[in-house]
Amino acid sequence: MPLLHALQEEFGYIDDLMVPAIASALNISRADVHGVVTFYHDFRRQPAGRHRVQLCRAEACQARGAAAIERLASERLDLRMGETSADGRVTLDAVYCLGLCATGPNAMIDDVPVSRLDPTTLDRLLGDLR
Amino acid sequence: MTRVYVSKDMAAIALGADAVAQALSDAGAQVVRTGSRGLFRLEPLVEVETPEGRVGFGPVAAADAALVLDGSHPARLGDVSAMSFFARQQRFTFAHCGVIDPLSLDDYEAHGGWRGLTAARALPPQAAIDAVKASGLRGRGGAGFPTGIKWQTVHDASAPLKYVVCNADEGDSGTFADRLLMEGDPFCLIEGMAIAGHAVGAERGYIYIRSEYPFAIRTMREAIARAAAIVAPFMLEVRVGAGAYVCGEETALLDSIEGKRGEVRAKPPLPAIAGLFGRPTVINNVLSLAAVPFILSEGADAYAAIGFGRSRGTVPVQLAGNVRNGGLFEVGFGMTLGELVMDIGGGTDSGRPVKAVQVGGPLGAYFPPSMFDLPFDYEAFAAAGGLIGHAGITVFDDSVDMAHMARFAMEFCAHESCGKCTPCRIGSTRGVELIDRLITGERRGADAVERLPQMRNVAGGARPAEQEIELLRDLCDTMKFGSLCALGGLTPYPVLSALDHFPQDFGAGAPISSAAAE
Repeated sequence: MPLLHALQEEFGYIDDLMVPAIASALNISRADVHGVVTFYHDFRRQPAGRHRVQLCRAEACQARGAAAIERLASERLDLRMGETSADGRVTLDAVYCLGLCATGPNAMIDDVPVSRLDPTTLDRLLGDLR
Repeated sequence: MTRVYVSKDMAAIALGADAVAQALSDAGAQVVRTGSRGLFRLEPLVEVETPEGRVGFGPVAAADAALVLDGSHPARLGDVSAMSFFARQQRFTFAHCGVIDPLSLDDYEAHGGWRGLTAARALPPQAAIDAVKASGLRGRGGAGFPTGIKWQTVHDASAPLKYVVCNADEGDSGTFADRLLMEGDPFCLIEGMAIAGHAVGAERGYIYIRSEYPFAIRTMREAIARAAAIVAPFMLEVRVGAGAYVCGEETALLDSIEGKRGEVRAKPPLPAIAGLFGRPTVINNVLSLAAVPFILSEGADAYAAIGFGRSRGTVPVQLAGNVRNGGLFEVGFGMTLGELVMDIGGGTDSGRPVKAVQVGGPLGAYFPPSMFDLPFDYEAFAAAGGLIGHAGITVFDDSVDMAHMARFAMEFCAHESCGKCTPCRIGSTRGVELIDRLITGERRGADAVERLPQMRNVAGGARPAEQEIELLRDLCDTMKFGSLCALGGLTPYPVLSALDHFPQDFGAGAPISSAAAE
C-alpha cells in the first residue's frame, strides 16, 4: 500500500501498465496487485482532473443540508459524482466523512478543507478552479 | 510580544484559522498553533496570554486581528476552560487538547506527559495489565471489550514477535475524537501505545490512519519522529488507509496493513492469538490507548471512580450534525441522551425541533426524543436496541425523512462491503431495492423463476406493503446474524430503529404506516 500511495502521489493514478512491474518488484501475482488497486476507493486507474472536489455525503453532513450542496455542485460543474470533466479541469468525488461533523456541509477542495458550505461559498470556490 | 494561541486542527482550518493566524502574526503577535478545544461554534478561536491567564475570543475573522490584540473584540469569551461547556466536562484523555502545542515535547512534559509510561516501565508487565484491568477500561472503538483482558491474552501468547496496532480508521460519520486527539495531543497516543508494548512484550507498533485525515497523518508522523528516543526500543510507524470504510474492522485493518485487500477475516483465531502477519497483536482504538497514560499515572482507581454500571471512566462524546454546540464533550458514563443533546448540545442548529438522533455512526440506531432518558452506558444502549459505538451523536431536525436515512444505511453498506460474506454483499443491495419500493409505493413484478410453470404454488409478483416490511425485517435478521463482521451485522440497526420509531416515514399511504406500527 505505501508503494501504491507513492505511485499515485507521483503520477496521479495507477496505470494498468504499472501493475506487472509492481507485481514483480513485490514478488506477488498481477492478480493480487490488481485486486488491491481495485478494492480501495482512493486508488484510481485513470488520471483525475487538475482539481479535485470532494463533497461529504455522510449522515452528519446530510443533517446540515449536504444533499442540496451536492446537487448544486453537480449542476454547476455539469458532472455527476465520481466523474471528471472532459477538459480534465476538475474531478467531483464523494467522500464519506472528513471528521468535521459539527460544522457541515463539508468539502475538501485540492486538499484544503472547507466547512459550513453554502451556495455562495461553493460558487466562489468552484469559480476559482481553473 | 503578545503570545496568542490559535488552533491548527483540521476543523479550525476549514473555518479559516490559517488566515487568522497569519493576520495575528503580521500584527506582531507570537502565534502558537495548538489543537482544538473541541467546541466548533467558537472556531476560529484565539486565546491571548495575559497576566490573568488566557483570554479567549471566538469566532474571529482575519480582519479582526487588531481588535483581538487590544482586547476590544466583541466576541470576548474570557477564560475558555471556565465556560460551562468545558467546566462540566471531566477531561481525562483530552486534558491537553487545545491547550498545548501538539508537537512540543517540552509542553507535553510540562503538562505531566510521559509519567504514565515511566510508571508502567517501573512495573512488571503483569502489574501494568492488572492496572488496566482494574480501571475497567473497555474498548472505545465500539465493541466495548475489556482492554485489560485483550492485553492479557496477547501477554500470555508466546511468540518471537508481537505487535501493537492502533485503529485510527475513524470512518463513522459523526465521530471525530480520534482525529482531534491525533492532531491535538499525538504524544498521548504514542505514550499509550508504548505502555501497551511494555505490558504485552511487543516492540513494534502501527497506527492505521484513514487517508481522509491528511492533517492527522502529518502530525502523527512528526510526533513519532520526535518521540522516537523516548519510547525506544518501542518502534512506531504510520500506515495510511485508502478510503475503505470496512478497514475500520480490526481484521480487515490487519489485512490492509499487510498490503492486501481489506477483507474481513473469520474469527477465531482472534487477533490477540494470530493477528498482524500471524503474530499475537493488541489492536485497540485511539481512544482506548489514549486513556491508558492517565490510568497508569493517576491510578486505576481514579479512572474507575467515575462511570455508570459496568461502563467505567469517561467517554469522549462527539456532538455532530444539526446541533448548536457541536464538538467534543468528555464526561463520565451515565449522562442521559437528552442531557447531552438538549442541555449540552443546545438542540438543533437550525432551531427546528429534534426529530431523531443517531448514536454510534452509520451503523448506530436512530432514537426519537421520547427515548432521551436513556443513560449513556454500553448495557443500557444494547438493551434499547442500539449501541454506543464510537460515541458519536448525530442530530437531525424535523426535516429529515427516516425512510431515506434507512435507505442510505443500506446503500452505504453496499458501497463499502468488502464482499467476503453474502448477507452483507447481497443483502445490502436487496435492502436498497426493498426500501426503494416502500418509498415509491411501486410493486415488484414476478421474476423469471416465479413465472416458471412448475412454480404454480408461488404467489409471485406484487407483494402488499406489509409483506415487504416483513421481508425487510427478515433480511435485517439474516444480515445481523449471518454477517462476518460489524458492517453487515450492524447495518440493520439504523434500518430497524427507523422502522420501529418512525413508521410514518415508510411508504406513501396510511395502510403501510399502520402495518409497520404493529
